[in-house]
Amino acid sequence: MSNQAIQAFGRRRGRPPSSNFELYSWFFMRISGVVLLGLAVFHLFWMHAVIGVEEIDFNVVAQRWTNPLWRLYDLFLLAFALTHGMNGLRIIVDDYVHKAGWATAVKAALFVIYAAFLGMGAYIIVTFTPVASTPAAAL
Amino acid sequence: MTGSRTVYGSRGRPVLAGLRYRGRQGMWAWLLHRTTGLGILLFLLLHIFDIFLLGFGPDVFNQLLFIYSAWWARLLEVFLLFGVLFHALNGLRLIIQDFWPGLWRYERQMILAEAAVFVPVFLWGAYIFLLPLFD
Repeated sequence: MSNQAIQAFGRRRGRPPSSNFELYSWFFMRISGVVLLGLAVFHLFWMHAVIGVEEIDFNVVAQRWTNPLWRLYDLFLLAFALTHGMNGLRIIVDDYVHKAGWATAVKAALFVIYAAFLGMGAYIIVTFTPVASTPAAAL
Repeated sequence: MTGSRTVYGSRGRPVLAGLRYRGRQGMWAWLLHRTTGLGILLFLLLHIFDIFLLGFGPDVFNQLLFIYSAWWARLLEVFLLFGVLFHALNGLRLIIQDFWPGLWRYERQMILAEAAVFVPVFLWGAYIFLLPLFD
């Protein structure tokens, strides 16, 4: 990555990046941060101000996901938010877990949690099909 | 200090001196950025789990929603709004500083500008979030 990025990293952390991965991780946090500023804040606004949390139930989500664009939106939100959040936690681990062995163990555990939740979320967003939910009004 | 007893931390410095560290606005912004980030991540994991339950059908999913319809959940959601809004605005400041390093010397002003945006948006949002409580 460019010299500029390496310098910006150094100004923020007070030391040069120890690896290419660390530099790319730093850069990813900036890019995904800007993306999430749009995706997450709009999601929060839409669900509360436009739909209303007290209105949300199974049918509302099923209705919403009849539009594949909303599924795509939710998939992006899931991937960016979870990756940004878990990577942030990984950086915090570096600040507090000083023994190399422990740090590796904690980060491995974080990765398992990350993969599991990414899988759960992506699975339901992609495969969800409302099965024979009979609205009470139709009975 | 006028007290006769001084509590020492592990590095031989009085603990109270550590608590009196004056990092000013930047320190508080850093601390809040961390805690709000952790809080949002915690909520995100819960949220992925509850959405995953959609796969078990309407009965299971709708039963779980009591979590979100409770009055205390509304208060927690106001906390979530606080966290997301602060983390977003403060993160934006960090990014702007990183790419335009000349702005580092205006950190105090930038944080004040951040607060000027945060307060009205948060108050408006909290009003919307809490509105259903008064129906």
